[in-house]
Amino acid sequence: MTQMSVRIGRLTLANPVMPASGTFAEGMGGVFDLNRLGALVTKTITAELRAGNPLPRVAEVQGGMLNAIGIPSKGVAYFLSHTLPHYSRCRAPLVVSISAPTAEGFAAIAAAVSVAGVAAIEANISCPNIEEDGRAFAQRAGATEAVIRQICAATPLPVWAKLSPNVGDIAEIARAAESAGAEAVVVANTILAMSIDLATFRPRLGNTMGGLSGPAIKPIVLRQVYQTARAVRIPVIGCGGISSAEDAAEYMIAGATAVQVGTASFLKSDTMTDIIDGLDRFCTQHGLARVAELTGAIRLEADHAETAEMETVT
Amino acid sequence: MNITSPASCAGAFRPHVAEEVSLVLHNATVNGEYRHLVVQTSALAAQARAGQFFQLLCPAPPGEAPFFRRPMSVYGTDITANTVSFLYKVAGVGTRGLATLRPGDALPLLGPLGQGFVLDPAWRHVVAIGRGAGLATLGPLAVAAEAAGIGMTAILSARTPELVMSEDLFRRHGAKVIAVTDSDGSSDPAHLRRLLCMMIADDRCDALFTCGSQRVLRLMQRLAREFDLPGQVALEQQMACGLGMCFCCVRDFNVGGEIVHKRVCWDGPVFDLQEAVA
Ligand SMILES: Cc1cc2nc3c(=O)[nH]c(=O)nc-3n(C[C@H](O)[C@H](O)[C@H](O)COP(=O)(O)OP(=O)(O)OC[C@H]3O[C@@H](n4cnc5c(N)ncnc54)[C@H](O)[C@@H]3O)c2cc1C
Ligand SMILES: Cc1cc2nc3c(=O)[nH]c(=O)nc-3n(C[C@H](O)[C@H](O)[C@H](O)COP(=O)(O)O)c2cc1C
Ligand code: FES
Repeated sequence: MTQMSVRIGRLTLANPVMPASGTFAEGMGGVFDLNRLGALVTKTITAELRAGNPLPRVAEVQGGMLNAIGIPSKGVAYFLSHTLPHYSRCRAPLVVSISAPTAEGFAAIAAAVSVAGVAAIEANISCPNIEEDGRAFAQRAGATEAVIRQICAATPLPVWAKLSPNVGDIAEIARAAESAGAEAVVVANTILAMSIDLATFRPRLGNTMGGLSGPAIKPIVLRQVYQTARAVRIPVIGCGGISSAEDAAEYMIAGATAVQVGTASFLKSDTMTDIIDGLDRFCTQHGLARVAELTGAIRLEADHAETAEMETVT
Repeated sequence: MNITSPASCAGAFRPHVAEEVSLVLHNATVNGEYRHLVVQTSALAAQARAGQFFQLLCPAPPGEAPFFRRPMSVYGTDITANTVSFLYKVAGVGTRGLATLRPGDALPLLGPLGQGFVLDPAWRHVVAIGRGAGLATLGPLAVAAEAAGIGMTAILSARTPELVMSEDLFRRHGAKVIAVTDSDGSSDPAHLRRLLCMMIADDRCDALFTCGSQRVLRLMQRLAREFDLPGQVALEQQMACGLGMCFCCVRDFNVGGEIVHKRVCWDGPVFDLQEAVA
């Protein structure tokens, strides 16, 4: 039996596996015991009521899917009166994903959800910042630092910053989140993408563009986790195309302390418990007593890292 | 109709949705368009009720690769043999993949899912009109009605007489069957309206059910309002998770004059007849 617990800042999780925001809700609790998970992560909520994007909201592509769900949200009051009580008997800590169009808005909703039963806040800063031409907060180090600082000042809870993969230098954004007080970074959200129906010449998403997720993005996000983990001291939570214990192990070896699983749960609803069991076996096979030993266990030839960085420039 | 889900992590865990690998027992053509698939499942999966559905992980047909699972209504169950059957139309990549399954093959699935039909024991006779894949969804309603001692008239609609399906199933379970087709014009809404009005006049229509046709849905909504009858409709929408988690399967519903979004996989697929926006 491997010691499966991991530490994310002030939180200790029973194991490193949790759902990705927007791909988890109470329905999963009908399939397996949610107490098996390292943490529970809610769909992003906003202060205002929102309807979400036009249909179709998803499309399948090779090795993955596109989504432009938008953030249909019933607001904070609904979250406090319905969602939160629903999970009140779960041992797994509840992480609440929040979003807002302004840094002030982020701070306000962070304060509003800082109640008993919430263990941490995940700031989904991949959304457009209306104060910066609609560019996502997570696309600029300055905006990331400002918004995370305001959130941290508004809540006593640990704050995780969920980063966007749609950037040139993710390590720089992660450092900004760290210096603003984030206790962890989640790497990453979906990759901006699109697809066109060749029979109709129409975009296959109602929103034209959307986010790519699933196995297709794994090598890209894995690289970003590796780069981020080398740049910050806070834990990195890897998220992108993880469907198996091997995928999770690969992310941890690249530097992740924990992982989030999204799209894979749509193809097999109990993928996360498979991953927990598989990680345990993987560690046993490799003679590791603690799953945490996987984190950053990547073996590089001497100088290889430097050379690799140089080569990517060419 | 909506059953609120129990709080998570409350008490000892007991799954009510099965995530499992079923075994294909039978997969053969019914007519030029539809195929009948029977799989061996767990007891939990075989408890599926009329109107509920499964998410099927369709195998990849040669040269193509479906990504999402595909939603499919339960067409029949056997709770002694633990089998579930489906009636499906080969429509695209996923269902083309389903058509390649042979007895002995594995088919991963998730279910039963969603809210099914609800029968009021006070009803004596109900009327269902189905078309296309809608017949698959309504088939098990005949079984449930028979078990509840409720009579049923099933109006089966299709383009041509050869494409009328499931007559035997409905008859075996005591339903009176009327086949209507586009080829002889009998599936026309005006004709259906006359048929329904006759049944209402004969006091043989305590509730209306439908699936598979927007035209029939609109007709039923008007009649149900005129005669103050209850009704239910099963709806379709593209799905990813099937468990109410991703919000890709929403449709508009009219709830007390206000248009709201509901998730077909979680709040339905069976909805109150008047709430559906046809
Ligand atoms: C609750 C429910 C029950 C259903 N029951 C049956 C049934 O018993 N028999 C039957 O033949 N069909 C049924 N359908 C429709 C069936 O799911 C689609 O025909 C099937 O998904 C088509 O997949 P494809 O890959 O063959 O087609 P493609 O057109 O290649 O599919 C592309 C995408 O669109 C989605 N899609 C396409 N058509 C539909 C549709 N009508 N409804 C929902 N999603 C669709 C697919 O799931 C996939 O994501 C049901 C749909 C729902 C929502
Ligand atoms: C349908 C869907 C909805 C999502 N909704 C959210 C969301 O509300 N907030 C968020 O931060 N990320 C959201 N995501 C992104 C996921 O949390 C995750 O970052 C991404 O899908 C990559 O992981 P995966 O490849 O394991 O799915 C969503 C993804 C999908 C597929
Ligand atoms: S398919 Fe995901 S919410 Fe309905």
